[in-house]
Amino acid sequence: MQNQRRTEDVALGIRRRVFEHAIRNNGGYLSQACSAAEQLAWLYNEELNLGEPTLPMIPKPFGGVPSATNPDYHTGAGYNGPFESQYDRLFIAPAHYALNAYATLIEVGRMAPEGLEMFNKDGSSVEMIGAEHSPGMEVHNGTLGIGLSTAAGLSWGRKQRKETGRTWVFMSDGEVQEGQTWEAVQACAHHGIDNVFAIMDVNDQQCDGAMSSVMEVGDIRAKFLAFGAACVEIDGHDLSAMRDAVKEPHEGKPLIILARTNPFHTMSILEERFPRLHYVRFKSEDERARMNISIAKDLGIDPIDYAH
Amino acid sequence: MVEMVTKPYAAAFEKHALANPDVLCLSADLTSSCEIDKFRDRHPEQFLSMGMAEQNMMSFAGGLGLAGFRPFIHTFGVFMYRRPYDQLMASIAYPRRKVRLMAFLPGITTPGGMTHQSIEDISVMRSIPNMTILETGDATEVESICEAADYIDGPVYCRVLRGSIPRLFDTPIEVGKMRELASGDDVLVVTAGICTEEAMRARSVLEKAGVGVRHLHLHTIKPFDSAALLDHIGSVKHGVVTLENHVTEGGIGSLVAETMADAGIGKRLVRLGLKDTYAHGGSRAYLMRYYGLDAIALVRGIEDLMKADFNISEEDLETARVEAVHSLAKAEGL
Repeated sequence: MQNQRRTEDVALGIRRRVFEHAIRNNGGYLSQACSAAEQLAWLYNEELNLGEPTLPMIPKPFGGVPSATNPDYHTGAGYNGPFESQYDRLFIAPAHYALNAYATLIEVGRMAPEGLEMFNKDGSSVEMIGAEHSPGMEVHNGTLGIGLSTAAGLSWGRKQRKETGRTWVFMSDGEVQEGQTWEAVQACAHHGIDNVFAIMDVNDQQCDGAMSSVMEVGDIRAKFLAFGAACVEIDGHDLSAMRDAVKEPHEGKPLIILARTNPFHTMSILEERFPRLHYVRFKSEDERARMNISIAKDLGIDPIDYAH
Repeated sequence: MVEMVTKPYAAAFEKHALANPDVLCLSADLTSSCEIDKFRDRHPEQFLSMGMAEQNMMSFAGGLGLAGFRPFIHTFGVFMYRRPYDQLMASIAYPRRKVRLMAFLPGITTPGGMTHQSIEDISVMRSIPNMTILETGDATEVESICEAADYIDGPVYCRVLRGSIPRLFDTPIEVGKMRELASGDDVLVVTAGICTEEAMRARSVLEKAGVGVRHLHLHTIKPFDSAALLDHIGSVKHGVVTLENHVTEGGIGSLVAETMADAGIGKRLVRLGLKDTYAHGGSRAYLMRYYGLDAIALVRGIEDLMKADFNISEEDLETARVEAVHSLAKAEGL
């Protein structure tokens, strides 16, 4: 399922799907497609070693939460293939990137396009904030900051069991405001956990607006280095830079790739909404129509016919 | 006199962990305080020092669970849920990871004051779906807690006693069961943890005063056998008194109240424990007296329930002893 298409085309496909979805639903996590499409496309199309999906292309409805009385419960990890020693695992730490993650699964042939039509519908497993049971998800990450710790524990355990697969975490930069992120990095360094990898969408945005206005975090690369990680900072829209970054030696340390991104990359009209980009809900039919025309043009497609 | 056992947890954990290679020992900088320092020194390959970083420790343990390990987290009860509650929920409880939360210094068993005393932990844990709750009340229960907890298919919160602990029982914890320690027919007394020994002291004096005490000791708080409790309530004339090393809201007093209300039982219930208050730092005996968690508090509670005065003084209780489990008196005779 890898490299059947150019990663650039996968990224464009992710943006087109997220855009179409946002226009039809009068809003969505649109800016995250601008910033993160290359990262998600690169992970799934090139970097991750994943097996064939084990769950149906059209997602099953919500099957209940984990409990002693729900023996058939399973997570959505099967969209990333089976749990085998050689395969990688992926956690989407900022679970509100789910729309983008689902679009990625479709683009790389791991989920049917119908899956996105179930997004945020009552009774669906394709939830707005990715849950454990949502396609491509393995753990709950909607509470920001817990993903890297979970990956660290899993990675330590897999190393003990001589598994060669890595654990990857797709992270968001807002998570560096959480103390737990730093607890996780220091634990990885202390225990020499080097089979955990993270790529972080450093778009400088969070729910309230620009990170510098909400809580200044300073030089996060210097902080990661000081806490004992290997850390490379790249242009997050440059695929060749990603390919180079992952080659960074990091024996005994986790590798964290800071992907510096533009929150309106390829959708220039979104700059009008800066600095409130976390969830773009169109303020008027006029704005919706203007954005539809402008972004469609940027993405090389016809405007979405959302009237019916 | 009752047998005292020194550090039963240390030996019991080591034995269990060595027999189960998927068991890991996690500690958050309270290694000797949780009696696992010798284990750390002897078996470093099975020990993970997580530092003073409980939020990471909880999610990390969830990840270890995902890799098929069964982490035993060792820290004080308060540090298990107050700061890292979010991580406990999302990384351990929701996904039913087999993480064993070995919570030391339950309630007022520490002179550390508010920051160290887990006085509402049972209330918190009872309201977490998928959580099992066990509590130790003597050395035999501490010796069997690891095996009992590790048998659970999901997360378990265990209130563990440390140091010098009396041996009151001669059979291990059997998850889901309750111990019937006396079977009188006047009043039902329900206790757990360190309060059980207090109730045993009170019982010997009350029985001399002609009060028929039916006494239940709970080591399993969740899941709970409501039917068994209702049978016992049906066997007494006057009602129920609960005594717990915990606030009276959300712990075993509430558990009994809910069971009675659900079944429409019209008998009275007196709930003894910390009455909507924090405690402060002090010795266990002082705190149990000051906050009404001891034998005399139980006697007064039963007097309240039965609207009687048994003319029992603190001096009577001071001389009341709990007999050794293997003595002819057989504390656990039933």
